[in-house]
Amino acid sequence: MAVIEVRRLRKRYGETVAVADVSFDVAAGEVFGIVGRSGAGKTTIVECVVGLRTPDAGTVEVLGLDPRRDRAEVRQRVGVRLQDSSLPDRITVAEALRLYASFYPRPADPRDLADRLGLGPVLRQRYGRLSGGQQQRLAIALALVGEPSVVVLDESTTGPDPQARRETWDLIEGIRAGGTTVLMVTRLMAEAERLCDRVAVIDAGRVVAVDTPGRLVSTVDGEQRISFRPSVPVDEAVLAGLPEVTSVRRAGNELRVVGGGNVLAVVIGRLAADGIVAEHLRVDQPSPDDAYPELTTRGADD
Amino acid sequence: MTELIRTEGRLLLRDPASLFWAIGFPLVLLVIVGSVPPFRQPQAGLGGQRIIDLYLPILVVFGLAITTVNAFAVTIARYRERGVLRRLAVTPLPPYKLLVARVVLSVATQAVALVLLLSVGVALGIALPGQPVGYLAAFVLGLAALLSIGMLVAAVAPTAAAGNALGTTLFFPLMFFAGLWVPVPAMPALLRVVAELTPAGAATQAMREAALGHWPNPAYLLVMAGWAAAGWVLAVMLFRRG
Repeated sequence: MAVIEVRRLRKRYGETVAVADVSFDVAAGEVFGIVGRSGAGKTTIVECVVGLRTPDAGTVEVLGLDPRRDRAEVRQRVGVRLQDSSLPDRITVAEALRLYASFYPRPADPRDLADRLGLGPVLRQRYGRLSGGQQQRLAIALALVGEPSVVVLDESTTGPDPQARRETWDLIEGIRAGGTTVLMVTRLMAEAERLCDRVAVIDAGRVVAVDTPGRLVSTVDGEQRISFRPSVPVDEAVLAGLPEVTSVRRAGNELRVVGGGNVLAVVIGRLAADGIVAEHLRVDQPSPDDAYPELTTRGADD
Repeated sequence: MTELIRTEGRLLLRDPASLFWAIGFPLVLLVIVGSVPPFRQPQAGLGGQRIIDLYLPILVVFGLAITTVNAFAVTIARYRERGVLRRLAVTPLPPYKLLVARVVLSVATQAVALVLLLSVGVALGIALPGQPVGYLAAFVLGLAALLSIGMLVAAVAPTAAAGNALGTTLFFPLMFFAGLWVPVPAMPALLRVVAELTPAGAATQAMREAALGHWPNPAYLLVMAGWAAAGWVLAVMLFRRG
């Protein structure tokens, strides 16, 4: 059974369409990622899932409940980290945990939770004096303090401190190990690849792909992009006719060839057979983070 | 709810500047006004009252206005600006409860301020209110009316800076009509009518009458109740999480 079910979600702010048409399911115990560049509509999707916004069209169900209509129950069972939210500067870590614990019927023990998240040593410190990483950990602790069945983590806008990021990754892996369903937002395919069971790639308010991160990356991995300047003009049709080649494009006197498998050797061999040299040869090997722009620009290119 | 009030109370105690303006500053003003000998002489123009007698209710209202139109409003606006309200909105806590907690703290702060002002007043030779029930009624209604204005500011201000600007802009006219610069009885007739229709002016006049041992004019109480009711209704309509 799906824990989160989003069907044909649509949301507009005035003239701007933030979410055009988004559907996906998150299964129980899964870590599901929403990946996309900023402005793709990720935060709006999250806000609809947690009931902060009402969709213009489509439906959202969380644990079989409507986040707007069944507000009270959804809020008890879903823990959230929002993107641009913070705490009063003068509140201490212990006070924040105790306060948020008091909102829930069966909360986690704030002290245990703090120890688990490495916040034990800063319990008496004020929020305003915590490091960025500690503030992030506290935000996750507050999402967990109600012992939720589902955790929704919007992307944190705090700077990309690599140390803090790695700590956060460990925490999310810990949540998954506890069997809690996680819906998380990120801009980084590498992060999704490390943490998520499945990923929805969002672009311009639409889902471009839903798959395991491994398969998303290998879709792109199977492809290589070669560019070069032939020493003598080449008939593009000859290269396009090769089975390994998926596309050939000319940009000035440069040729750009995209293909799979052994495409590099085949193209170079074919050129060599005609006595043509590939000058300024470049081959691009995609990394995990290339998968995302690759997937989202493909439609526009073709 | 108790945990929320306790936590917000601790945060308030960690903000000494805001407590000073709400409690300490009116006390300091009272001591200064009370130490000037001419202000301790009965004035024929004030119906035999002394300036310090007249100033005590004005300073009570000063504290009320600072606490509500400024401190209360700016705190909520800051919470909106920093996403504290949004964060609370995704917890099971009903959103109005934060406002209730802050109202409880404003009432507590001003109850303390009232007790301190009356005590220091006694030390300076100002008699306790002759009609204590009427005095308390005027105090409570004045607090309710000013809180509703603070609530309105809190409802519309997107940031702490905006809340502060709006609150301060309202504070000075409110205190003018409360009689901080020119006591209401000394105002020209037309200005006095306007003053008596403002929440702060009605509050000081009602308290002045109660201090003299009379039951306050119901018109003053009605003015304050009207501001309180209208402000609350409007604030509830305008309130947004931001």
